[in-house]
Amino acid sequence: MNEATLQASLADDSAWSGVAWALARDLKLALRSKAELGVQLLFYVIVVSLFPLGVGPEPGILRTLGPGVLWVAALLASLLALPRLFAADFADGTLEQIALAPYPLPALIAGKILAHWLATGAPLVALSPLLAMQFGLGGEETTILAVGLLLGTPTLSLLGAIGAALTLGVRTGGALLALLILPLYVPILIFGAGAVEALRAGLASGGELSILAAALLAAVVGAPLACAAAVRIALD
Amino acid sequence: MSTGSLRWFKYASPASFFPLAGKLVPWFAVPAALLAAAGLYLGLVVAPTDAQQGDAYRIIFIHVPAAWMSMFIYVVMAFWSAIALSFNARLSGMMAQALAPTGALFTFIALWTGSLWGRPAWGTYWAWDARMTSELILLFLYFGYLALRGAIADARRADRAGAVLVLVGVVNIPIIYFSVKWWNTLHQGATVSLTAAPKMAAIMLSAMLIMTFATWFYAIAITLVRVRAIILEREGKSGWAGELAGAVQ
Repeated sequence: MNEATLQASLADDSAWSGVAWALARDLKLALRSKAELGVQLLFYVIVVSLFPLGVGPEPGILRTLGPGVLWVAALLASLLALPRLFAADFADGTLEQIALAPYPLPALIAGKILAHWLATGAPLVALSPLLAMQFGLGGEETTILAVGLLLGTPTLSLLGAIGAALTLGVRTGGALLALLILPLYVPILIFGAGAVEALRAGLASGGELSILAAALLAAVVGAPLACAAAVRIALD
Repeated sequence: MSTGSLRWFKYASPASFFPLAGKLVPWFAVPAALLAAAGLYLGLVVAPTDAQQGDAYRIIFIHVPAAWMSMFIYVVMAFWSAIALSFNARLSGMMAQALAPTGALFTFIALWTGSLWGRPAWGTYWAWDARMTSELILLFLYFGYLALRGAIADARRADRAGAVLVLVGVVNIPIIYFSVKWWNTLHQGATVSLTAAPKMAAIMLSAMLIMTFATWFYAIAITLVRVRAIILEREGKSGWAGELAGAVQ
């Protein structure tokens, strides 16, 4: 970003321009390390592919397990990607500068989380129909699964960001992050996989998808605030 | 500020809370022991054998109070965490820290006794039913809090990071409590309710309520003992704690 546009963007210190600034910066950084993004996505594909090898190629079993496997793999992939959200910025002092910026810190963090989801969560959602096909899921089931992932994975990024901020500079970062965050992911997993189950039981899955959307809205409002508090604690 | 509020905030200081907690401990520890003895006597000896479940049902006198406390202590931790974050109060963070091991203990007891009861009642030690699963998640939340605190060396930072985690986790408590209605599965609905007439014999109900008060008093007593230890540990270098140590020696 050149000097003039930086000045121009700093002049308008509203929350939305903070979101936009952090989003643009983090997306640019993410796109510079495409290999890393590819590895995250491959992790998801490999974890999903291991399940048929573990439980056998019986189509009936795979079809039953499919939605749950895809969701659990999405949870793990989200967890694996979380440390990169703040760790590099924390290590080189950028996070401290971000916290001092005139923009509200929750807005900047919301932008970072959105960029993180676009770089790691969105490709996973886009790839999920292909993996669902490998598990023999029908067309309607695949649609519901993908819609569920589309509504659920941003919530995973938002909740996970709180854990990533809390574990900044902590000795046992990775394993601790799993212990902190996976329990909070459980409701998303239940309703995400439950949406497909409801469809199979001949019920409408609108209820589960609505709950996922409600969780997303609640997380959009609450998580950046909690995350900003956690970042300020880590920077003390 | 009026003198009344000054006196109220006096005990927010660890130095003045320490002797108060010391004086309060017996007032909670002794009733806890007496109530537990009375409740266990009523529950295990006086209460009649259940027509359907036999004597196996007697585990509820431990299980139900432990399960209530496991959830309630987390809410109390969230309360102290909110105060610790908003007023930056040292003692509140210490209270949350002191409550966590007791909460984890009660969660574990609730899971353990529930599993033992499940074997004769349902024919299985473990079922992936909503309430059991939620209780297991609650145990993970307690462990996560303890692990986060353990990983952060600076106690004040651990207080505030833990407080954020507890406040995020407390969203889970209503999910646990209402999970019976949300996912109507194997676990029976709530037996004791404030709105409907109790479906238990009066003697069983009173034994269970006495045990509930016993766990309350126990939790308060042990938390006060633990918070005293935490205060001494953290304030060991300050003048008043040194004087106290000198006086004891």
